[in-house]
Parts: sequence; C-alpha cells; structure tokens
Amino acid sequence: MSSVKIKLNPKEVEKLKEVCVSFNNEAGELINVLHKAQSLFGYLPAEVQEIVAQELKIPVAKVYGVVTFYSFFTMIPKGQHPISVCTGTACYVRGAEKVLDEFKRRLKIEVGETSPDGKFSLSCLRCVGACGLAPVVLVGEKVYGRVSPDGVAEILAEYE
Amino acid sequence: MEFVNLTIDNKSVKVEKGTSILKAARSVGIDIPTLCYMSLGDMNIENKPGGCRICVVEVEGRRNLAPACCTDAHTDMVIKTNTMRVLNARRTVLELILSDHPADCLICAKSGNCELQTMAHKLGVREIHYKGEMSTYKEDFSPSIIRDMDKCIMCRRCEMMCNEVQTVGALWGVNRGFQAVVSPAFEMDLEKSTCTYCGQCVAVCPTGALTEVDHTNQVIRALADPSKTVVVQTAPAVRAALGEEFGLKPGTLVTGKLAAALRRLGFNFVFDTDFAADLTIMEEGTELLDRLGRHLNGDKEVKLPILTSCCPGWVNFFEKQFPEMKEIPSTARSPQQMFGAIAKTYFAEKIKVNRKDMVVVSVMPCLAKKYECQREEFATDGNPDVDFSISTRELAALIKGANIDFNLLPDEDFDNPLGESTGAAVIFGTTGGVIEAAVRTAYEIQTKKKLEKVDFEELRGLEGVREATIDFNGLPIRIGIAHGLGNARKLLEDIKAGKSYFHAIEIMACPGGCIGGGGQPLHHGDSSILKARQMAIYQEDRNKPIRKSHENPFIVKLYEEFLKHPMSEKAHHLLHTHYFNKKNEFIIE
Repeated sequence: MSSVKIKLNPKEVEKLKEVCVSFNNEAGELINVLHKAQSLFGYLPAEVQEIVAQELKIPVAKVYGVVTFYSFFTMIPKGQHPISVCTGTACYVRGAEKVLDEFKRRLKIEVGETSPDGKFSLSCLRCVGACGLAPVVLVGEKVYGRVSPDGVAEILAEYE
Repeated sequence: MEFVNLTIDNKSVKVEKGTSILKAARSVGIDIPTLCYMSLGDMNIENKPGGCRICVVEVEGRRNLAPACCTDAHTDMVIKTNTMRVLNARRTVLELILSDHPADCLICAKSGNCELQTMAHKLGVREIHYKGEMSTYKEDFSPSIIRDMDKCIMCRRCEMMCNEVQTVGALWGVNRGFQAVVSPAFEMDLEKSTCTYCGQCVAVCPTGALTEVDHTNQVIRALADPSKTVVVQTAPAVRAALGEEFGLKPGTLVTGKLAAALRRLGFNFVFDTDFAADLTIMEEGTELLDRLGRHLNGDKEVKLPILTSCCPGWVNFFEKQFPEMKEIPSTARSPQQMFGAIAKTYFAEKIKVNRKDMVVVSVMPCLAKKYECQREEFATDGNPDVDFSISTRELAALIKGANIDFNLLPDEDFDNPLGESTGAAVIFGTTGGVIEAAVRTAYEIQTKKKLEKVDFEELRGLEGVREATIDFNGLPIRIGIAHGLGNARKLLEDIKAGKSYFHAIEIMACPGGCIGGGGQPLHHGDSSILKARQMAIYQEDRNKPIRKSHENPFIVKLYEEFLKHPMSEKAHHLLHTHYFNKKNEFIIE
C-alpha cells in the first residue's frame, strides 16, 4: 500500500461517526450522512467514504457510486475562496458562460477544480434568486452582480 | 391468492397479482426480448433494473411504452408486444446501445456467446443510424478477471450478483451520464477491491465486458515443449457441464470423453482432481474429528464450527471481509492445491522428473482457482504447485482448437495413481457434496461402524442455507450448508455473534456450488441447467464402485508410501495452509 494522502485525525473520525449515529447508522440515510459529512469537511475524501461505508455497513463502492453520481458531492477540497458562477437561465442569457470562461482562463482550472495553491475553486450553480443582477458570481458568501468578463480580474484581485 | 386477467397480443392471460408483464407474456409463449433482465428463478435471483428498454411493450391507454420486465400486469390491461411503434422503439434503443459499443465482434472473447450480438441478430439490425462519441475506459487485468468496460452496456447484472447475491460489494455503478461505469470503489483495479474472483459477474455478463484471463496459450506452449512433463487434473463439476459446449444436453456426463480429449490434447498424464478431493476428505475429516473430539473433552480453546476450505472464492471472502475469523476454517488446502503438491513431490519422485520440468494444469469450473494457484504460499522456490488453471470454457476452446470431434471420442479412463477416485469426491462439485463426503468418512472413523446408507438426502438440494443433524451413533452432529457468499455471510454473522450451533459448515461461493461456477459454460440465466448438472453429479456418485474417500486404494497407498497418516508432519507441510488478514490491503491511496 502506498502512502495515504489525507489522514483524518481521531477527533475528526469521532465527529464523522457521530454524524452516522445521528442517522442511526442506517444504510438508507447515506445521502443525508454524506451531506452532513461534506459540510463538516468541505469535501468527501476517500477516507471519509470508507468510514461512512463501515459505519453504515454498506460497500464503499456504493458510497463512491453515490458521491460520484450527485454533482453536489465533491472529492476535491474547496478553495479558500470558493467561486460559484450562476449559470441559471437569466445569467446564462446575459453572458455567464463568458464570465465562467474568463475565470477558467485566469485560474487555469476547470469547473469542479481547485487552484494548485488552494486559494480558489470554481463551480457553477443554478440561480441564487438575484436574476435582476444577472450575471451573478458568488465568492464565498459575497455576491457580485452584472459581472462582465472584464470585471473578473478585479474580483480576483480583491482576494490576492 | 389473487389473480389478474389481461390480454397480451390478443391472448387472454391469467396470472398471480404482482407478476410482471414479461413473465405473464412468457407464461403463454410470447417471448418478449430482454437484454438487461436476468432471472435465476429457483434461487430467487432476479435483475430487472428496467435500464435497457429492449423489453418495451404498448399498453392500451398508457401514453408511453412500458418496460415489460418491471411493470406489473394488471386486470384488463390490453398489451401489444409487436406493434410498429414497439418494434421501432426497440430497434432505436438497440441501435443507440450499439452506437457506443466497439464493433470488434470478430475478435471478441464473447463472440458467439454474446447476448448483445444475439439481440442485434434477432432484431435484424443491419445499420446503425447514430454515430457519435464512444465512451472509453481503462482496461483492468486481475489474476482471474478482465474488465473491458468499453463493452459494458450498463445492464447492472454484475452489480446485482456482486452485491445482492454474493454481498461482496466490489462492483457498483459510479459516475453519471456518459461517464457512468460499473467499477470498484474509487475506480481502483479489481485486484485491490473486495473482489473474491468468484466470477459470478463474468457468468452473467451479457457481453465481453467481463471475461476470464485466458491461459490456453500457456497450456498449448507447455504441451508443445518436449522438455516438459505436462500433468492435467480436472475438477468434478467439469464433467457435468463440458458437454454443453459441444451441443450435448445439460446434465450429460462426459467423464470418459473428457479423459480421452485431454489425452488427445497431448497431456502426458491425465489425472483427476477427484483423487485430491478424496485426499481432502482424509485431511479435513480428520481435522473435524480432532476438533470435535477436543471439544467434547471440554477443550475450550478449540474452534467450532469447522468451515470447509475447498473453495478459493470463499477463502478470499473471509480473508477480505472476516479476517478475525481466519482461524475457524479448516487448514486443509483445496483439492486443486493438494493435487499440485502431491503431483510435484510424490508423483514427480515416482516418475523421476524434476518439479521444474513438470507442468501441472488444472481444469476448473472456477475463476478464483486462477488466483489461488498463483498464491505465493503454494509455490516451492518460486515454482508453483499448479502452473495454470483453465476454466471449463477454456478447455472446450482448446479441444475445438485441436480439431478434436468431442462427440465421437471413445470413453477412456484417467491414468493412475492420481486418477482414481470415489463417489464421495465426485459430489464435491455440488453444494452439500463436500460435507456429505466428509460425513461418509468421519462417520466410519468416529463410530468404527460401517455406514449402511451412504446417501445423505438431508444434505442435498439447492436451498441457499440448509441444515441437518446427522446421528453419529448417538452423537448428534449439526451441519450447516451455504452456497452463494450472501448466504455464507448469514452463517458467518451468526458465528461472530456466538449464535451458531453447528459443528461443521460447508461453504461454496457460487450459487449451486462448483456446478454453477464462474468458469462453467454460460447458463444465460437458465437455472434448470444447474439442476441438470447437479443430477449428473449424483448420478456419477451412484455409478462409482467405491463411494467413501478412505476406501480409495490409491489414497491408502499414498499414505502408506509417503504421507504416513492424515495430519502427519509431511501432510501438514504439503496439504495444509494458513490464511491472511487481507482487509487492510485495499484502503485507498
């Protein structure tokens, strides 16, 4: 066996097990458990999936199957400043894709990825209810409205 | 019981409530085509994810077409299975599946035995109207099984076998859309997963996505090498199924033709794994009586129940999933490995051949045997006791490739000394057989009385978990039997929880035992074939003049000349093994 990249500390393992127990270790609660686990760790590394499988007494292949099926779940840690570009209908017609492309170009990452320095991650979401401001970008909790490709550099500069 | 009345293709049908349209149609001879659907009726194994949509039918009053495999029949339904709309939909679905399937049928291992190919033929597809991107995926080679997911049609049969029937949990559908694939966790290779190589996924795969590692070329090379003495052994279940590959009725015994074919293929010595099965009984039976005796004398250390250890899929299962119980199974090696160990020592000495110049080939109904013979503990100075293990299917290919007309072969006998066997050894090929063979011998040794009736009907059958109590002259011996790893798991959980009351348990990984092994001719979901093979095995047992392992004269001689007595130091060295904790080996990187 080669080296393990991430090693959860015993406290984190304990927390994760508590999450499982809060759902009575029921196999049918897998999605809820994963949901909680992801809010706990920010992502779902293989180890977390192994522990969930063990606690819920289900094959880890099944856990991995569910994690990879739902786009909400991720195995990649989010960046320090997670960027979400809304690609809902209103934002899309107002040029969200071009904004997204500009983020990709500047950060040199694809959607779902995290920059090598761990600073930014890029994802898409569907509508934050601010269609009047389309296209909308979220960085962390902060909302940016009427973003144009030219404004991307300025947004990123705020976090450099 | 509640019934429903409906009409299918203008025929009135009456079926039990809850029956699918597919089953209702088939009950009146309307054969709706299916692809992902699979049923092993008698064993309660059914796959109906409704994923492929080949079985769609038109239901009057319903807007869309209904998948017949997973839509219940209801009263007054009017169903048409062959309208223009249905035929078009079916063909479109198939063409779409084919548009993402490599068209390399000519050189595919499954060619001629592929359900997708058969379906394309049945529906008369001559053109694929859809051209587009093809999904590609890495190939995965393990010691026993090859995964070529480019050929996967996502029927999920393997997933159902691996999880619901075997509870191995190695395979699951992962990712989504075009990237979806059936894979081990984290898309690791099969070798690193919980896979036991039972091969049931291969046995049910409709296409060439899952196949066995082919060792026929290595065997041909060994046979062509004049410096090698090539010895072959063939497992009990092979003789009850090989005939199917040559058009014979399922359940046709071909023992004599099998020996003849192996001789014509050029093997120098045509032996029988059944000989080693008799030897297994001597060792395992003695171990059972030893543990039992100590238990009865109040020894608290002794571990009961004793579990059989002939099945390599089952050994892999407990090493990977129940390593804390690795002291409970018998330490007796499987017949394949006992044979190899004796062939390359006792027999090699007899014919004065260096073990390095001897090649032992086994013909097995099993894919896990391929892995088993590669285990390090079954080699001396890097030279394996068994060099190559080929499946029943691979042997059929060898015979066909050598231009041998199997059906015209005369019946011949196995060679001696490692070819003689008893009825007890033959029944190793079916669920219940190993323990029945053990009982025949253990009874006589324990009670020192002659067994009047050697047939133990109470141990036979195809129920997933069976139990029986055998009276050893006043001493009740409680026996459990499980086949299919999901059933084995139930008995293991009981042992773990301290709830097991058995003295001995027989476990075989495959449903039906070796007759339903992952290396057998494909039964395509027809469980009557398994029944026929089982009947054949018991018939062969009845035909044998000797039916108790300890009465095999060549076994008696082997102990006299070489091993001394069961569980002797030499026997321990050559015929027993130990197990490993393999649970942590597959944690992700």
